[in-house]
Amino acid sequence: MTAPLIEGRDLVLSFGNERVLDQVSLAIHPGEIITLIGPNGAGKSTLVKTLLGLQKPDHGEVVRKRGLTIGYVPQKLAIDQVLPMTVKRFLTLTRSASRAECEGVLGQVGAGHVIDAQMSQLSGGETQRVMLARTLLLRPNLLVLDEPTQGVDVSGQAELYRLIEDIRRDLGCAVLMISHDLHLVMAKTDQVVCFNRHVCCHGQPETVRQHPEYRSLFGVREADAIGIYHHEHDHEHDLSGHVVGGCGHDHSHDHSHDHHHHAHDHGTTVKEGAGTHQ
Amino acid sequence: MMDDFLFRAVLGGVLLAVVCGPFGAFIVWRRMAFFGDMLAHTALLGVALGLLIGVDVRIGMIATCLAAALILAFGQRQSRIGNDTVLGMLAHSTLALGMVALAFVQGVAIDLMAYLFGDILAVNAADIWLLGVGGAFALGILTWMWRPLLALTVSPEIAAAESIPVERLRLIFMLLMALVIGMAIKIVGVLLITALLIVPAASARFFARTPEQMAIGAGMFGAAAVLAGIALSWHVDTPAGPSIVISAAAIFILSAGFAPVMRKFVS
Repeated sequence: MTAPLIEGRDLVLSFGNERVLDQVSLAIHPGEIITLIGPNGAGKSTLVKTLLGLQKPDHGEVVRKRGLTIGYVPQKLAIDQVLPMTVKRFLTLTRSASRAECEGVLGQVGAGHVIDAQMSQLSGGETQRVMLARTLLLRPNLLVLDEPTQGVDVSGQAELYRLIEDIRRDLGCAVLMISHDLHLVMAKTDQVVCFNRHVCCHGQPETVRQHPEYRSLFGVREADAIGIYHHEHDHEHDLSGHVVGGCGHDHSHDHSHDHHHHAHDHGTTVKEGAGTHQ
Repeated sequence: MMDDFLFRAVLGGVLLAVVCGPFGAFIVWRRMAFFGDMLAHTALLGVALGLLIGVDVRIGMIATCLAAALILAFGQRQSRIGNDTVLGMLAHSTLALGMVALAFVQGVAIDLMAYLFGDILAVNAADIWLLGVGGAFALGILTWMWRPLLALTVSPEIAAAESIPVERLRLIFMLLMALVIGMAIKIVGVLLITALLIVPAASARFFARTPEQMAIGAGMFGAAAVLAGIALSWHVDTPAGPSIVISAAAIFILSAGFAPVMRKFVS
């Protein structure tokens, strides 16, 4: 396996008496999509900030690959009205780019029409797209997204995840994201990290979904509902020829047993605790 | 024929306004108006120290402003006492200390009013040199770090994630501010310097679409305020420093009224 782009080792962090990160280890390898899921207050943003170096851990270390370029889309961006800022200018916030380059990346995210608008006038979805476009100009090896669909309506959410997948394919970058949209994420990610101050379970979506800790964290009903969604996605992807997650078991077989899905053995192993699915 | 002192006043004032424009824009964006005030207050201590130790008061003012900025930068690293409280304590303790220290200065008649409200008509050649060299230095550094400083103003998180040295830039910016304010006191005085920083920047906001337009606009509006203030002072015999600030305020009111009309006209 290639060396990870960024790796957190035994990260421990407390705010006051509250331990927010408890011996967390996580590695992100080139080209993979890792999604952090977990309840509110689980410390997902804190973990991401620690990996990015915005937050210093009490113990443990973060190792970055040399020459790593990170594109970061924060949870929310509130550009104050006191600061005039066109979309074009925002795109060149940390790196210069020509107008043509800006038009190019805006077109890629489907926001070509806003180039001369003020940032403060954009809708939530447009802001997210523009922030994504800005990271494209950096040509990152690693794209980090903190709840990229915040303030985006339901139809826009699926499209945004599709966009993130396209970006991964085009740039070949790794993606680390935090998400609440369980059913959408499960279909679009390679690895899911179920996180609640420590790594509860970690693996391919198929594996994590059946993990007891995942099911207790999100409730059986929610987890099952996602299962059904996931099947629809599997089907879609079977038709278009690629299998999300590459988990290697027989999807067509799965599909025919749709309703009893969770009773079946998929031939995938689940390791208890913080193990990685092999 | 223009009088020499008037020429120096205009040159010094315009130089200062041009330097203050981009700095004022950052003060407005970063909501640091009180920071500017605080630094100016400490300058009086610099005057006293300069006279006591026997160095040029301009050097004394700049040195104390720089020292205050450094103390403040460290004061902001803790979170038990809020930044505004740290600022307020520093500002008024140093002001008081300055007043007390001035009482020890013997045999020198100090025109306190000149420090509080500035004395642009007394600007001499050395002041012009200081403004020119110091201003060029401050603007040069600001231009050099413009993009990363703006990035961290928009989002410290994005800036830090993309390897911009956030803390270092903040400190450099505060030190540059201290330098600019230390240089400006001779012109507009301790009490009015913040106005010269923020009012032209606020006026420029109405017309700007990008940060750069606002920064340059602030410099131009500031220069216009200096010219109008000196003209007012010359013709109506008003105090020059306050006249400059009144002119800046008038430009702001005109901008606020004129901008909506212009926007309608453009679109």
